Amino acid sequence: MVPTLAGVVLLVFFLFKFFGGDPSQLLAGQVASQEQIDAIRRELGLDQPWWVQLGIFVREIVSFDFGKSWMTREQVSSIFLSRLPATLTITIPILLLEAALAIPTAMLVAYYRGTLLDRTVMAICVAAMSISFLVYIIVGQYVLGFQLGWFPVQGWSDSFWRNLVTYAPLPILLAALVGLAPQTRLYRSFFLDETKSDYVRTARAKGLSEPAIMRKHVLRNALVPVVTNVSLLIPGVFVGSFLLEIFFSIPGLGREIYLAVNRSDYPVIQAVTIYLSVLTMLINLAADVLYSFVDPRIQLR
Amino acid sequence: MAAVLEVTPENAWTALWRRLQQDRVGALCLGIVVAYLVMILFAAAGWLARGWSEEVGVPYANPGFLGDRPNLEAALQKGSQHKGVAPDLRNVDPLAPKYEEWAKRTGELKGTEAERSLTLPWGGDRWGRDVLDKAIKGSQVSIAVGVVAALCATLIGTLLGALAGFYGRWVNDGLEWLYNVFTSIPSILLIFSLAAVLRTGAFAHLFASGIWTVVIILAFTGWTGMYRLVRAEYMKHRSREYVLAAQAIGASAASRMFVHILPNVSHVILVQLSLLVVAFIKVEVILSFLGLGVPVDMVSWGTMLSEAQTELVIGKWWQLAAASVFMAIFLTAFSMLTDSLRDALDPKLR
Repeated sequence: MVPTLAGVVLLVFFLFKFFGGDPSQLLAGQVASQEQIDAIRRELGLDQPWWVQLGIFVREIVSFDFGKSWMTREQVSSIFLSRLPATLTITIPILLLEAALAIPTAMLVAYYRGTLLDRTVMAICVAAMSISFLVYIIVGQYVLGFQLGWFPVQGWSDSFWRNLVTYAPLPILLAALVGLAPQTRLYRSFFLDETKSDYVRTARAKGLSEPAIMRKHVLRNALVPVVTNVSLLIPGVFVGSFLLEIFFSIPGLGREIYLAVNRSDYPVIQAVTIYLSVLTMLINLAADVLYSFVDPRIQLR
Repeated sequence: MAAVLEVTPENAWTALWRRLQQDRVGALCLGIVVAYLVMILFAAAGWLARGWSEEVGVPYANPGFLGDRPNLEAALQKGSQHKGVAPDLRNVDPLAPKYEEWAKRTGELKGTEAERSLTLPWGGDRWGRDVLDKAIKGSQVSIAVGVVAALCATLIGTLLGALAGFYGRWVNDGLEWLYNVFTSIPSILLIFSLAAVLRTGAFAHLFASGIWTVVIILAFTGWTGMYRLVRAEYMKHRSREYVLAAQAIGASAASRMFVHILPNVSHVILVQLSLLVVAFIKVEVILSFLGLGVPVDMVSWGTMLSEAQTELVIGKWWQLAAASVFMAIFLTAFSMLTDSLRDALDPKLR
């Protein structure tokens, strides 16, 4: 994990160092005197050779102090703390709702495999996956929010409960609907893999009914890959769905980084990229450790 | 004397063609994809949708089948052109003596403005451009970006995967490290970082056309899946008998990698390539929607959707419908074709 982390830091550093624009020009603007530019260069350490700059960069990462945003002068660390709650308010319900909808649907179509129902649902899934997420959001926001008025079109408040009850339901619903198709397809294949195994044949041979086989035997075993897949989705919870946050003006981390890209706010982009990569690695590591407890056959190297 | 085998083995690609023909859904999807390709070739050659950027209709012209729908926006604009008399400033304006000359010169320049039609086959956008033409031209841009980016990602992934899988040892270790670095950064953050760097960076002027920025972003972030698959295949194949035989007759490493092994793993690459095309088109649409993709003087499904968002609020739904339908049909057909392709290339999977 340490070499990978070093690689991530190097990649981000060199990407911005050699391919990015000159920070002093971005900061000083179009009309700036040479003294101003020089002052900024000194302040950011840009007059030093690149290995010294890399050292500064690493020190910033380790000390959790990325300084201030170039454009809004807000502390980068406070951006994390203030934006993450909004992101989590919508991503965690999305994750739970998707799993709660996709697993029963997948089980149902796997039970009726090969029939008209199965084929219809699968065809709908392929078609649903071909429509852009953007179209779902645009149409959903227009029809459910604007025309029918069931949900507020957009907005956010300071109270967690008010957000969860008033503002979050529409984005959560739309994202869960979009996630349903690919997850149903995937989980169906997990269920189908299990129905071919020997223990299912044994269960049939001893006269168990098909629903009982599905519920007692197949479900339990198929849940292992399902849970693996859900755990793979967990890191995404922190990145959030930036599209939803932009459309519904939710002050989350995804929207923040999109805004940072638009105003070339390098410290914010770098900090978010590095810390979220570290978080992703930690979550994956935790998942691996958990597996070795749950399934003794899996050994950590 | 050994008996000579009379039957020549069926070529893999003829077998693929035969199996695809038996698969009716696959054949239909192939037909749709070919139709799209012909359409974008015509559009690229300028035989189709050449005038997509010309303002041929009134603003928000109605679709042909909804001709008598009230069009408030066009009426408003028409009204504002003829009403409103400029106040007389002759006494205070220091430039007053020039009025005569200007009037003369405007008179000379007065061109004939083409008559704008009230309806267009599938409606018009804010500037009165034909939405159907835009959708055709947008298909060209979106599909071309998706395909070119997928080819670039495939090239990177295949090359690195072949090296790692074939040589193993330290080459493999190094490339695995690179793979881990790229996959541990959430892909959307990598895309955003690249977008931020490429639009302001030292090489920004190189990609002035803007379209290459999207291709680079997609190729740079999307090669990892291909790398993993190709690497696994090469690890499997490198000690197979046919490769050892090639080595025994003196085939070089490069020749074994790309002449002997590559054709035998090409089916894996082809399927993954088509999956990449679908994924990349979706990402391109989102990037263009956000203004990080194709430049403003071009049209793609994404830029159409970003215009459609504001149009929908005033009830002009046709641009949204055109972009969504063109995109959905292509991606559905392409995804199902990929499924058929996988089944046809690997009959054991069925």
